[in-house]
Amino acid sequence: MSSETSGTPLVEIKDLSIAFGGIKAVDQASVDLFPGEVVAILGHNGAGKSTLIKVLSGAYKRDGGQIFVNGEEADINNPRDAKQYGIETIYQTLAVADNVDAAANLYLGREILTSFGTLDDAAMEAEARKVMGRLNPNFQRFKEPVSKLSGGQRQSVAIARAILFNARILIMDEPTAALGPQETEQVSELIQQLKKEGIGIFLISHDIHDVFDLADRVAVMKNGQMVGYARTEDVSKDEVLGMIIMGKCPAGAIAGPGAMQEA
Amino acid sequence: MTDIPTLHGAAKVDKESPFIRFLRATEIDARLLGMIAALILIWVGFHFYGHFVNGFGAFLTPRNLWNLSVQTSSIGVMATGMVLVIVTRHIDLSVGSILGFSAMSMAILQVWILPEFLGLGHPMIWIITVVFGLLIGAAIGAFHGYLIAYLSIPAFIVTLGGLLVWRGAAFLLARGETISPVDATFKHLGGGPFGAIGSTGSWIVGLLGCTAAVALIFSGRAKRRRFQFPLRPVWAEAFLASISCGGIIAFVLLVNSYPWPKGIVKQYVAANNIETPVSEIFISHGFAIPVLIMIAVGIAMTFLATRTRFGRYVFAIGGNPEAAELAGINTRWVTVKIFALMGMLCGLSAVIASARLNSATNNLGTLDELYVIAAAVIGGTSFAGGIGTIYGAILGALVMQSLQTGMVLIGFDAAIQQIVVGTVLVVAVWIDSVYRRRAK
Repeated sequence: MSSETSGTPLVEIKDLSIAFGGIKAVDQASVDLFPGEVVAILGHNGAGKSTLIKVLSGAYKRDGGQIFVNGEEADINNPRDAKQYGIETIYQTLAVADNVDAAANLYLGREILTSFGTLDDAAMEAEARKVMGRLNPNFQRFKEPVSKLSGGQRQSVAIARAILFNARILIMDEPTAALGPQETEQVSELIQQLKKEGIGIFLISHDIHDVFDLADRVAVMKNGQMVGYARTEDVSKDEVLGMIIMGKCPAGAIAGPGAMQEA
Repeated sequence: MTDIPTLHGAAKVDKESPFIRFLRATEIDARLLGMIAALILIWVGFHFYGHFVNGFGAFLTPRNLWNLSVQTSSIGVMATGMVLVIVTRHIDLSVGSILGFSAMSMAILQVWILPEFLGLGHPMIWIITVVFGLLIGAAIGAFHGYLIAYLSIPAFIVTLGGLLVWRGAAFLLARGETISPVDATFKHLGGGPFGAIGSTGSWIVGLLGCTAAVALIFSGRAKRRRFQFPLRPVWAEAFLASISCGGIIAFVLLVNSYPWPKGIVKQYVAANNIETPVSEIFISHGFAIPVLIMIAVGIAMTFLATRTRFGRYVFAIGGNPEAAELAGINTRWVTVKIFALMGMLCGLSAVIASARLNSATNNLGTLDELYVIAAAVIGGTSFAGGIGTIYGAILGALVMQSLQTGMVLIGFDAAIQQIVVGTVLVVAVWIDSVYRRRAK
């Protein structure tokens, strides 16, 4: 076993539902995450993965279901609440403010202030240089607005922002979508490192090849429902692909409510 | 996009021209230089047009420039707030009406109500009135902000409604009467010979300004060194220090070379039993109080926009509202605060405008919203959101007012003035957008 999956989960999502205009984007979905574990949430575009995770990060308000953090029910109504619980998110769209510089983005919403209550830009830039130095040593463009950066550089800014504040639960929505092979490798290394530090990570992807080797478990969604859960060592890539495409649950997986019923 | 970071709109050349090197070393915004150049062009153009066509160049005279600075203040104060509104991708069409309503409320308070209790000319009257005016403006702005942020009504609609509502309400307050004169001390906030701080006061303000400019350059340099950021070359720092001090001193010399008019001096001489003949007395106006108010507002708003958390949020929301929300910023509350601030600045402009007229009329501030928006936009504020500077907006207000004044001085009639101002606005925004595209 690659990680400890007994005891209290870091996060437990129970029977979570959310609908937009009568369409059930997420329907009674449950998933859990343990410390130091990487759980990949897989599914086609529109399967409900991003929506599920946006509820956890506070971007959407759920219609039903419960979220537990460390065994205690969490009341998450907006992104500020989620951050209070140590939940940090790297969005697919990166969610950076293009017109301000990297340091301002890293500290957006949590600025370092001087003793006079004004922004301490110098201190923030110094810290930003440290964390960016770890993630992306080539990064030097601290004074420029983020809009002038390349896709990979913007991605590093988004990742740096998530790990800067001692996250316990990290959500990465398509983390390598905008990256080249070398940067993708860096992200993989980062995930391994964060895992060792005991951080739980949700990886969201529509492409199984991106995440299969990184994940300890997979949870597959289809049409807003959970098809099933499996340890990556118990199933093959093809079997998981079958879950994603047809909703067919293999022997090594635990079937969820969305699994195809045997005819 | 290339990997070579080009400075703003600088043309991409292999070898940097000396001018670009100069801009880079001093870190002066090329846009700022462009605006100052445009301003000088307008001033010199009007002066010489007057000189050659009418035989009398009236623009570059202490008297005109002093008046120009006073006339700019009301619009300039509001334009600083409009920058924040437009940066967050909103608009405020109601500023002129809020100004009118606040001015009318203040006039009623200081002319009809307060003298009843405190007695005419009581020294507290103007203070209570100003505070009341600022609060009224802020309350109206906050209400607009609430409708925009929490009820999700577009700012354009809310403030378009506000434009009509508050103008109508101002009429109802005093049944359309003009209230005049206002409190004797309050009147000084609008400028005039007694609403200026005189020669000595202006020198004190000027020297304080110079000291502050030099201190800022030194502390900036110390801070950069502490965090090991690249320093500006010493000659560039010296250049910046001398240009800012030179500018301030030139402004002081200008306002001090505009004397009180003969009639006022005569009264003054009679009142103070001075023996010297009137023709030999030269009493300087010095900085007008509304101009000092505008400068103070400009400094305070620049501080707010660049040095505080609130300002950072305003720009982040403008750059990417969704990202700001996801970063945990309470964007709705920030929106309410922005509009409340805008309303308060309208209240302040109402003080300046009604004090300057020594009365509150029902149409005070009519069409101001357009001049304020134009000032902010000419000053480089982008409707796409996220971009804008306070000093730019004040310079924009100065450009607008210079055009207006200049055309009056050389005798263009109102119709042509409107055509020119409208055209300049469109052309300025067009040049700005071309410039931005090239800067990318």
